[in-house]
Amino acid sequence: MTVERKGERKRSHRVSFFALLLRNRLAIFGLMVLSIIVVLCLLAPLLPVTDPDKTDLAIRLQKPFTENHWLGTDHLGRDIWSRILWGTRVSLVVGISASLFAAIIGSLIGILAGYFGGRADNLMMRGIDMLMAFPYILLALAIVAVLGPGLMNALYAIAIVNIPFFARNVRGIAVTLKRREFIDAAQLSGKNNLQILFTEVLPNVLPVIVITLSTTIGWMILETAGLSFLGLGAQPPQADLGSMLGEGRKLIITAPHVSTIPGIMIFLIVMSINLLGDGIRDTLDPRLKAGALLRPASRTQTELPDQESIAGNDQGILNVNSLKTEFHTGSRIFKAVNSVDFQLYTGECLGVVGESGSGKSVTALSLLGLVASPPGKIVSGSVVFEDSDLLRISDRQLRTLRGGRISYIFQDPLVTLHPLYSVGEQLAEAILCHRFMSHHSAWKEAINLLDMVRIPNAPVRAKNYPFQLSGGMRQRVSIAMALANDPDILIADEPTTALDVTVQAEVLRLLRELIRGKDMSLIFITHDFGVIGQLCDRVVVMYAGKVVEQGSVVDVLTAPHHPYTRKLIECVPQLGNPDKKLVEIPGLPPAMDNLPDGCAFAPRCDLVQDQCRGDEIVLETLESGRKVRCRRVMEVVAR
Amino acid sequence: MPGASRVIHMSQRSHSIWRYTGERLIAAVPVIFGLTVIVFFIMALIPGDPATAILGSYATPDNVASLNAQLGLDKPLWQQYLTWLTNLMQGDFGRSYSLNRPVIDEVLERFSATLVLAGTALIICAIMGLLAGILSAVYQYGVTDKGLTLMVLIGISTPAFWLGLLLILFFGVELRWLPVSGMYEIYGGGDLPDLLRHLVLPAATLALVATGVIARLTRGSMLEVLRQDYIRTARAKGVPERNVVLKHAFKAALVSVIPVIGIQAGFVIGGAVYVETVFQWPGIGRMLVTAIATRDILLVQGGVLVVAASYVLFNLLADVLQNLIDPRISS
Repeated sequence: MTVERKGERKRSHRVSFFALLLRNRLAIFGLMVLSIIVVLCLLAPLLPVTDPDKTDLAIRLQKPFTENHWLGTDHLGRDIWSRILWGTRVSLVVGISASLFAAIIGSLIGILAGYFGGRADNLMMRGIDMLMAFPYILLALAIVAVLGPGLMNALYAIAIVNIPFFARNVRGIAVTLKRREFIDAAQLSGKNNLQILFTEVLPNVLPVIVITLSTTIGWMILETAGLSFLGLGAQPPQADLGSMLGEGRKLIITAPHVSTIPGIMIFLIVMSINLLGDGIRDTLDPRLKAGALLRPASRTQTELPDQESIAGNDQGILNVNSLKTEFHTGSRIFKAVNSVDFQLYTGECLGVVGESGSGKSVTALSLLGLVASPPGKIVSGSVVFEDSDLLRISDRQLRTLRGGRISYIFQDPLVTLHPLYSVGEQLAEAILCHRFMSHHSAWKEAINLLDMVRIPNAPVRAKNYPFQLSGGMRQRVSIAMALANDPDILIADEPTTALDVTVQAEVLRLLRELIRGKDMSLIFITHDFGVIGQLCDRVVVMYAGKVVEQGSVVDVLTAPHHPYTRKLIECVPQLGNPDKKLVEIPGLPPAMDNLPDGCAFAPRCDLVQDQCRGDEIVLETLESGRKVRCRRVMEVVAR
Repeated sequence: MPGASRVIHMSQRSHSIWRYTGERLIAAVPVIFGLTVIVFFIMALIPGDPATAILGSYATPDNVASLNAQLGLDKPLWQQYLTWLTNLMQGDFGRSYSLNRPVIDEVLERFSATLVLAGTALIICAIMGLLAGILSAVYQYGVTDKGLTLMVLIGISTPAFWLGLLLILFFGVELRWLPVSGMYEIYGGGDLPDLLRHLVLPAATLALVATGVIARLTRGSMLEVLRQDYIRTARAKGVPERNVVLKHAFKAALVSVIPVIGIQAGFVIGGAVYVETVFQWPGIGRMLVTAIATRDILLVQGGVLVVAASYVLFNLLADVLQNLIDPRISS
């Protein structure tokens, strides 16, 4: 039963591999060219061609397309078409044999070294390193020097030279496999090392062997041809493609076709193998596929309806109206931000709160077009800042606003600061992007900024790289960078989430002091209602890409109107109240590409009724100015 | 004052770089020592008797024996190795019997010719490869990217020895624009312009494959880097897109491209064997092929050792450069 299922799974895996490979058009092209060449070579003895070694000086150096010799003849009057077929046979056999030889020996070394580790590993890998200290071809030459010229010797030389590639790649995987549970399980079940190597390790390193093989086999064919070209491989009268090219070299001026034709053949073989090899690699290890990494554009793509910007409430310094941001991957559409409206008023601190995946960060990034795109796309709405719609202004205008009048603080400064520039340089750059001054004064200014965020010994710290600073210090640098040009709006995206609790408190205090007394407005994004209570004036609660509640922090904290808000508040531990029961919210947020009709929170809500499902629920404004998206508000309040 | 502190800071950085370089140089010594062992014993495996090879098959056994004794070949292998190594350290690589001159003279002369060729090729492939990779990444899936990807594919699939022949045929024979063999004109040449004219075709041929490899890697590396959070930070602080790509992204991408350029240096020096043969360049690769054919063992030993040692140094240089860009490595 289990055996059967195992076989089944294997087959389906194989099918999907070939199906995927067949989807790669270039790989198919390579496969076709290669198949034609291989079939022609296999059929060579059956094809009506003359003997490749039959000389006839009377018809030497015939041009292509002459009678009986459509590819012409060489300097001894031998038919080139026939020699190409037989020569390709030899080249392919030698190249493929060398590859298999290298793959088997190299993989064996790699598996043994990786699996047993310790001294054996050390010894083998030092030897491999020594081999790799030689330039590739030079080592092959040295080996041929020892063995003497000849096709078989060339084969050995190329194989030996390629062993290190397999040994290294396979060892890398074998080492990680050794620490996996299924190897322990096999050991406990009483299998001996040999059994484990063959039944557990080998199947798992096979993809790596295939990938290395598919990427080196083209090289090996090229290199064997090269040795023959130098006269160190195939010896006359036997011919492979390399030696045909080598012989034709002396006739390059009088009869160029003699060397050109074998060259084209080598090129076609190597190119088709490379195409096929790339296809195999991409299919077996999608992580390596460079094409899968899409380059995010400098600004999020927009696909806004033709109409002028949607007019809405515009009393704030920043007015966001029915903003919709989606992620398009393949045929699936994730509605990360699904028609969000809010206003930010001058000098206030607006909290945006919600679980991860609620769309709060994407909302913040959408404001200045910083959502990675592709796959992100803004499909509707407007973001009005001082009469201009940020979704519709020119790239140049947008760039001047970014880090100038509107700036960001991101979550984890270890990955959001550039690892290879000192923090001083990064600060100075932020200044120089928006103000015209010398690098010297920008550096001075950068040190002042570091002083301002209370980094001790700022002139020295400015020269440090991010990895040399502590997490709290890095986040202070990020804050300094965001404040570098005295912005009107500061958007802080979970700025304390990656920090220790004590450091969190310090950073929050600093932030509060820095914005106090300035006309700066702050959007503070977090999943933690506790932080909102300490810092913010108003709060927007988001769930599944929508605003579900909005109001002043005091009101919302004392009397949440949406069941989700209430649950979020219940999650916050209270200082001095250790008996408080912390309730987790059951279930998970809904999949953003498959949102339920009606209330998205319904499946997790304990007050849910039939009326919550079905049609769209609007964000209602209550008399108190509070906004809620719930049909059961009275019941929530009553509790 | 900040300017001054900047200078101090730079000197601190460069100080640690010197220390790193020193450490790496010391670490290279056993590697080069290991190379001498490998080179010597590979050559010792060569079947046949060097004395017979030198004297020819008509030599009397007495003559052969006395020459063997003269060359020290009658001693045990490890003694031969020690003698060879001691001589090496005094700059004596032995004497080439086929050329009848000291191996070291011949090797250095030929190697410098190869360095000129390979160095030029390396500069070409680094510049072209990086440029093509950046363009490909920036215009991902655009016409530029597709065109460059096709050229890269053709580049890494073309045998260098065949490309050389095609170039000779086209630029040398058909158009008669450039010389196709040697390093200098036999009569009247010898100056720099003459050398450069002779360099164009072989250097371009040699650079082709490595250019393709570097371009491919740069493209992938740039695409990887451009998705990083710190690139978003750069955009969020208003850095112009040109600087985002050429400064922020490129610097980070270089960290993974530089070691590959170091590895390609080995391929370029090795590939010089073919190109030198095709273009009659008086380099060490062609010398080695001839020496192998004539069984001039001391010459092969010396040549292989010098090239392998230079490869070790090239990789060391790449490591130091990488370290210079990425301060995280040395600390």
